[in-house]
Amino acid sequence: MGGLDDLYQEIILDHYRKRRGHGTLEDPSVAVDQNNPLCGDEIHLELKIEDGVVTAVRHSGDGCSISQASASMMSQAVEGKSLAEALALIEHFRLMMHGTEPGDEDRLGDAIALEGVAKYPVRVKCALLGWMAAKDAILTFEGGGQATMSQET
Amino acid sequence: MRDSPADTAARIDVAALRGDFPILSRRVHGVPLVYLDSAATSQKPVAVLDAMDAYYHETNANVHRGVYELAAEATERYEAGRHAVADLVGAPHACTILTKNASEAINLVAWAWGLRNLAAGDEVLITAMEHHSNIVPWQIVAGMTGAVVRFCPVTPEGELDLDAMRSLIGPRTRMVGVVHASNVLGTINPVEEVAALAHRAGALCLVDASQSVPHMPVDFASLGCDFMAFTGHKMLGPTGIGVLVGRPEILEAMDPFLGGGEMISNVTTEGSTWAELPWKFEAGTPPIAEAVGLGAAARYLAAIGMDAVRAHERAMAAYMLDALGEVPGIVIHGPRDPDRRGAAVSFSLPDIHPHDIAQLVDRDGVCVRAGHHCAKPLMRVLGVGATARASAYLYNTPDEIDHLVRALASARAALA
Repeated sequence: MGGLDDLYQEIILDHYRKRRGHGTLEDPSVAVDQNNPLCGDEIHLELKIEDGVVTAVRHSGDGCSISQASASMMSQAVEGKSLAEALALIEHFRLMMHGTEPGDEDRLGDAIALEGVAKYPVRVKCALLGWMAAKDAILTFEGGGQATMSQET
Repeated sequence: MRDSPADTAARIDVAALRGDFPILSRRVHGVPLVYLDSAATSQKPVAVLDAMDAYYHETNANVHRGVYELAAEATERYEAGRHAVADLVGAPHACTILTKNASEAINLVAWAWGLRNLAAGDEVLITAMEHHSNIVPWQIVAGMTGAVVRFCPVTPEGELDLDAMRSLIGPRTRMVGVVHASNVLGTINPVEEVAALAHRAGALCLVDASQSVPHMPVDFASLGCDFMAFTGHKMLGPTGIGVLVGRPEILEAMDPFLGGGEMISNVTTEGSTWAELPWKFEAGTPPIAEAVGLGAAARYLAAIGMDAVRAHERAMAAYMLDALGEVPGIVIHGPRDPDRRGAAVSFSLPDIHPHDIAQLVDRDGVCVRAGHHCAKPLMRVLGVGATARASAYLYNTPDEIDHLVRALASARAALA
């Protein structure tokens, strides 16, 4: 790959080619839409939340390899977590992407591979898209709302 | 504007011309730069850089007010910049207002003309292929006045639906805004016809000429429109300087946009009176060096001749459509006839997102743009969230397009 090894690692490409958690839910607990205003990545995210636990994550939409791979990795990392654990994990990922915190592989799983994206500031928003959508979804659910349309933070 | 044997004599010598642009010989990631993003911003010839540098080295002083020699020279260079760009587009000097960029030029019209002249229920008609700079100011001012913004549709071939435009222009239409050359589709619109349609209905017409003035001969009077906006940094000039040309009687009747120093005649505690055109619309110390740079850019282009620039770009557009057309699975947006379009070519590939295209061809030194190109409504018409766009200018060559095509193949292989 020469020079772009950090960006297009095998594991990222793997998640891009075979997106885990891709699709929609029959009866989602909450659904949100987010987009990256800079480049046209769009995500529609649905969560199933039962007894305070995220039991299912489904994402759909159109976007670059980084945004799609990241959403795929996020779905694996967030599924099975309690709402509080999920929010903490998302915050950890966000801090890793902004270079504030080193990534914890045990917590992030495959998503640790996205640490390399931090070197490409323009692509950081791509990597964050799915995770910020998940945060938005959880906060919306906790706030009592069902669905929302919001900007990526 | 078909090429004829006579045009060949006016062809530019690109190889020689590239020597005027030092940045074109730099390397990125260890390979030669292939700059195909002039629709985003153009590279600058040494003449422009030297002119700005000389201003600061030799005659820097504030303009219009100083009595001393330095100030007189600075004023002369600033106004000479205005005159040069006005002459390039055939506009009267007093009607050529210098702004920060095209967005500010359009906002000037929306606010200084729109707020006074749009009432509730009035209509502003723009097109689905507009850049956000010719959409958002109208939305803002419509929100404040109760006017309505309507959109003329674009055909699947990427051209204006003139039949639809005829039926959309009605007794409530007060302003018709249209882009001369689309930054996404490359389409060159028949703005003369649009202006005529607008006038027949008693409406004004504003043309966004940001992608036309740099690339083809543009004569304000011939277009027949009331306002024309364009920007310096897309026409070999620096950033921070744009142009609004307007018809004198309309500009005279308008209130100022920005208030402050320079644009006044007299200021008292009770109120103020305005300076004459064009200074009525130029508040505060202007971007003097930038105006000097813009003037140098205009003179550089005038020396080449806009017919020659257009001929080169038409040939580049034809080459790009041809070469890119061979790429398997590619979807090229916009007209396929090089006579109907400029050399900004947007395209989509089924197996690789524009963002990845741009990232991956960058390692081969190729600069293209990915995203919505500040034309989200148009993206929706095209049914995509984003496209990749390669745009050529007077300093680009067919070899560089070949390089892009090779880089696209590498990019696809990398993600396959």
